[in-house]
Amino acid sequence: MNFTASKQPENCLLGPESDSQRTLYPYVTGTSVVALKYKDGILMAADMGGSYGSTLRYKSVERMKPIGKHSLLGASGEISDFQEILKYLDELILYDNMWDDGNSLGPKEVHNYLTRVMYNRRNKFNPLWNSLVLGGVKKGEKYLGTVSMIGVNFEDNHVATGFGNHLARPILRQEWHENLSFEDGVKLLEKCMRVLLYRDRSAINKLQIAKITEEGMTISPPYSLKTYWEFSAFENPTQGAVGSW
Amino acid sequence: MSSIGTGYDLSVTTFSPDGRVFQIEYAAKAVDNSGTVIGIKCKDGIVMGVEKLIASKMMLPGSNRRIHSVHRHSGMAVAGLAADGRQIVARAKSEATNYQSVYGEPIPVKELAERVASYVHLCTLYWWLRPFGCGIILGGYDRDGPQLYMVEPSGISYRYFGAAIGKGKQAAKTIYKVHDEAKDKAFELEMSWVCDESKQQHQKVPDDLLEEAKVAARTALEEMDAD
Repeated sequence: MNFTASKQPENCLLGPESDSQRTLYPYVTGTSVVALKYKDGILMAADMGGSYGSTLRYKSVERMKPIGKHSLLGASGEISDFQEILKYLDELILYDNMWDDGNSLGPKEVHNYLTRVMYNRRNKFNPLWNSLVLGGVKKGEKYLGTVSMIGVNFEDNHVATGFGNHLARPILRQEWHENLSFEDGVKLLEKCMRVLLYRDRSAINKLQIAKITEEGMTISPPYSLKTYWEFSAFENPTQGAVGSW
Repeated sequence: MSSIGTGYDLSVTTFSPDGRVFQIEYAAKAVDNSGTVIGIKCKDGIVMGVEKLIASKMMLPGSNRRIHSVHRHSGMAVAGLAADGRQIVARAKSEATNYQSVYGEPIPVKELAERVASYVHLCTLYWWLRPFGCGIILGGYDRDGPQLYMVEPSGISYRYFGAAIGKGKQAAKTIYKVHDEAKDKAFELEMSWVCDESKQQHQKVPDDLLEEAKVAARTALEEMDAD
């Protein structure tokens, strides 16, 4: 018999009340993030949209943030969970800075930390509903990895989340090569983002490209891609279509 | 100045007939016997310096940090028992991150000083705890500008323009020469600052500036001795 104000502990799997403590579905979400390694570091692109279901509700959401001196984190999925992750990382980096011992957390370490967090949350059936891309350069070594909401993590020369996996990765597999120049890297990313803009319904035409090198991180101001909608096949789409109306 | 507190100095929960708590005074003696720690509040920042007396030539320079960052915008320099100091620094860090977590902004220096002082004072209230044997100089830069606080083992905390604790505290306040060449020859100087130039972040004073300061200090000393 429970006489006290009922608040079941987080790790209780059973009982209807504990469901209100778990993430069941995402509300405000970001779509794909695409990233690749290039000559001097990592290039990452993400649009600035936050969708509320099928509504493109928020159009100035920054989904890429610098972490410490050496890393860049991009996220798709639930925006509030991304903000929570940023809070955890902020504290992690703060403690790292306070040691003041000449060392600092690099992208590999941050990626490992995120993997642990995501995996452990998944094990408690209370995931952070994000797919994360973590890229950076430390002491000349480039690093690019990804973690999903269930804790799947790996590193590669180019990664993407969500729709990007299906639409952008094939392009990158064909056209990525070692030691891309900055201009070529940006052109390649823009090609991927353009395809995503045409085909992903939750993409918006307002994106940022972030670059991280040994020197530091810069993120471009938001801009839009040129699109072409005059393809003749779309002029009169229903002409010749068989159907009752 | 040493007074024997026979019978009234066995526990921190005992007052003497003249209203003193001897255990706290003894704790303050631990601070007085350690290397000098100085803090100065300037127009645009705070500087803190510690005279680290080197116990053994085997020690690596740069080890045994006496000045610690408590958050990005503030730092603490500790005099007295180093292990006690570590506890206080850990507690201060925890208070600072907790404040940031709840209120979304870096902890105001005044608030941090109050929390540290309460914690130090806490350990003077129970017979099964002993007072901390360290004095702390806390410097930080928040919305109200640079601020300097000092916390004593009794739990008292005041705000200062300039503060000194440890062996040379009287010398620092009057003569400006703190280091006793005869008795404590070997020492390492540790200095830190928070100021506009460091972008309101607490950090070690850059090496080149530190060297410049040391050179300037030595020349000033020679001039003083020459008189």
